[in-house]
Amino acid sequence: MMHQSFFTRSFLHIGKYAALSFYLVFALFPLFWLLKIAVTPDQLMFSEGTRLWPSLMTIENFSIVVLQTDFVAYFGNSLIVSLGTALVTTVIAAATGYAFSRFDFGGKRIIVALMLITQMFPLLMIIAPIYKIIASVGLLNSLTSLIIVYTAFNIPFASFLMQSFFDAIPRELEEAAMVDGCTRFAALRKIIFPLTLPGLGATLGFVFTAAWSELLFALMLISKNETMTFPVGLLTFVSKFSVDWGQMMAAGVLALIPSCFFFIFIQRYLVQGLTAGAVKG
Amino acid sequence: MAHLKLNNVVKRYGSVEVLRDINLDIKDGEFVVLVGPSGCGKSTLLRMIAGLEPISGGDFLIDGNRMNDVPPRDRDIAMVFQSYALYPHMDVARNMGFSMEIRNAPTQDRISRIRQAAETLGLSVLTKRLPKALSGGQRQRVAMGRAIVRDPRAFLFDEPLSNLDAALRVEMRLEIAKLHQRLSATMIYVTHDQVEALTLADRIVVLNDGNIQQIGSPLDLYERPANRFVAQFIGSPTMNVVPVESDGNEMVIGKGPAFTLPHLPQGAVVTELGIRPEHFHVVDPDKGQFKAVADVVEHLGSDTNIYADVEGIGLLLVRRHGNIAVRSGETIGLTIQKSHVHAFDANGMALRF
Amino acid sequence: MIDKASDGATPGSERAYRSFYWRYMVEPYLYLTPALVLIGGVMMFPLIIGISYSFQSIELLRPFNTGWIGLDNYLDLWSDRKFWLALENTFWWTFLSISFQFTLGLGLAMLLNTHFYGKRLFQTLVFLPWAVPTFLSALTWSWLFNPVIGPLPHWMAGLGILSEPYNILGDPDLALWGPIVANIWFGIPFFAITLLAALQSIPSELYEAAAIDGASPWQSFTKITLPFLAPMIAITVMLRTIWIANFADLIFVMTGGGPANSTQIVSSYIFTTAFRKLDFGYASAIAVALLVLLMMYAVFLLWLRKKLVKV
Repeated sequence: MMHQSFFTRSFLHIGKYAALSFYLVFALFPLFWLLKIAVTPDQLMFSEGTRLWPSLMTIENFSIVVLQTDFVAYFGNSLIVSLGTALVTTVIAAATGYAFSRFDFGGKRIIVALMLITQMFPLLMIIAPIYKIIASVGLLNSLTSLIIVYTAFNIPFASFLMQSFFDAIPRELEEAAMVDGCTRFAALRKIIFPLTLPGLGATLGFVFTAAWSELLFALMLISKNETMTFPVGLLTFVSKFSVDWGQMMAAGVLALIPSCFFFIFIQRYLVQGLTAGAVKG
Repeated sequence: MAHLKLNNVVKRYGSVEVLRDINLDIKDGEFVVLVGPSGCGKSTLLRMIAGLEPISGGDFLIDGNRMNDVPPRDRDIAMVFQSYALYPHMDVARNMGFSMEIRNAPTQDRISRIRQAAETLGLSVLTKRLPKALSGGQRQRVAMGRAIVRDPRAFLFDEPLSNLDAALRVEMRLEIAKLHQRLSATMIYVTHDQVEALTLADRIVVLNDGNIQQIGSPLDLYERPANRFVAQFIGSPTMNVVPVESDGNEMVIGKGPAFTLPHLPQGAVVTELGIRPEHFHVVDPDKGQFKAVADVVEHLGSDTNIYADVEGIGLLLVRRHGNIAVRSGETIGLTIQKSHVHAFDANGMALRF
Repeated sequence: MIDKASDGATPGSERAYRSFYWRYMVEPYLYLTPALVLIGGVMMFPLIIGISYSFQSIELLRPFNTGWIGLDNYLDLWSDRKFWLALENTFWWTFLSISFQFTLGLGLAMLLNTHFYGKRLFQTLVFLPWAVPTFLSALTWSWLFNPVIGPLPHWMAGLGILSEPYNILGDPDLALWGPIVANIWFGIPFFAITLLAALQSIPSELYEAAAIDGASPWQSFTKITLPFLAPMIAITVMLRTIWIANFADLIFVMTGGGPANSTQIVSSYIFTTAFRKLDFGYASAIAVALLVLLMMYAVFLLWLRKKLVKV
């Protein structure tokens, strides 16, 4: 009774590894296919369409994308927008999260509720007014407009995330510093700031990833080739040259690189990031 | 060195008063312990002295200067926190020297002060370690070192020993006592542990429910508690308090014989008597004031605790020095040492006699 | 305002009040102002403007046809078959996506809660889809469904699911499954991570106690794991429902709402109306309708939460 039979156990064992392989294949196969088409030479594209790996490999698609298209410029634009958004958002969110974590103040509940609500409602609702406002101040087709819009969109989430990092630092450390002779701001700078560096890094990573992926607002606000971000550029490319499969996928693989980089960077904080704002309040 | 004075200090959170009319005069070099059950406001009071909580009313003076609105950094007071609050990203030496670093003290001066403090506390070999690489006791020492290095006007301790195990707690208690002897600085110490209070304090302040119950030396509190709360809070095991029936002159406890307490003030009506466990005599069943059945007997080696069931009263705790040959279930006689009895009126206030 | 003052000239109460005022009303707002300004200017203000748009005719393609038109947009919306179709699609899109994401996510979380060799690497790899930018997920999956370069149509035909290898994204009956599959792929990590965190918060003593009391693994799952996870599951699923219902990126990139609006959901309908037709008045009317629906859902949620918490 107490001991499961050898067969039951090995059956469970096999079942577990079968399940693990299923998840692994499901997660990686699409990315693998992206890479596979990207390294398949044009002439083999159709004849070996469903083979798991082409009989010949090439990096020609990558070199065309990098050397002969505007993707490098798109990549640069996306980098500017994402890094700019990430930096500005993190600074502002750190201040907000600090206030949420350390102060009890008039209107706190209302402000927290307001931020939670902005998390719940679809931002697409305001795409038309935002277009008109941006147009009226003459910022259409500018990266600045994207940075401003993305920063505002990401502040609520990033603030809750930063708050969770500040909450993890005991208040007594600040109090000890204040007794030791610091002003509140000096305590923030000398004690809290160094301790929250990992949190700042994680927030930076989350916001970067979000900004790097954003498509619809960029599509609406950017129509000039010079200021297109990577998603917009890729989508335009797809609708214009829908047969250059290899190049599109090579561009896709390139777009994946920064995301993967930041993903590995923020992996440790995923739980905190995904639950910030969702479970609080 | 400083003389601290609190005049009618009040703390409110919204409309809730957590501390009422606190008057306290702490002399230069005195060791004062604030003691009371959790939630009595003792930590809040300490934090108000440190400047970490705003004072809602009354005045707080250091050496005659009003400090209510002076931020903590300008009060020149050091504090040891319950959690130690060591800066996790700084090594031991930098933790200890942080206050001097903030004040831009000369490096030479700082280094020599840190070295001196580290030597005093036996931390010399650990100065390059980060707090996470220290044991609980070592962290506690660093927290104290951080206070010593500053040479402040007063030291505040907020339950500094409660995170240590029992043996270490005794050791550190001695260290703090020695520290006070050597520095003879003004120290205010918050604890809920009456043993710490009794062993360390020059004067103890007993707080309950936001009010000061009594201020006095350890012996004072033990021998002349001002009210029932202090009587039961100070002393271990806890004082027995039993109801009495009194006609103004003679008193009766349970079914025992009537007796009188001489020198009671005129017209005082005693409703309860307090007898400490150590103030009973255990005698033969027929020779005592009361007959009792020993319910549970604990032999502690140095002492014997007898939980005695007295008819008409209930369980009384009796403690005798040494090993008393009483078995549980045995009937014994008890006699109260009348000179050590405490009498309380209907409000729980002690009656002096 | 707070500084060394030992003169005692100012009455204490006023000082105490001023320092209270500073700490309670002023200092926090020094930290909050940038966030509040941005949220107000970029989200709240446009929201109000957007509501006013819904009562106007604003079509960028017909610039002279502009002005207040009262409830006309809403009347059009009421009789707009595409809008009602989009509502229906939103329901199926959300329901199917979240069911699969949740079930598969729970399975993955339970696997990750056991021990096996190479777990850290495995975890990194299976969570990778979460990090893939959505536009790229959408493109990748639409390529996988493409019979020219993707293997899926051929495999499905081989399994007999499709009569011949064709692109399901072009079939009005099946097209919605395309974005749904992409969404499941993209969303499993979210549920797996949050559920894993919750699983790990269940004290292992509980399972040991249950095992000693004679519970089978299945019984421990239904009697301990699920009740423990229930509140967390409820909150996560409810919030995620809102998020997915409004998640238009995958649909817009993969099908653009087509063929014949068979994959249009409400939020993608807002976007295509604003972006392709440049009809801002009508787009805003759809947005306001969506806002009202979401508020009703939120009220329902709060009511549900109250009920659940009481029990």
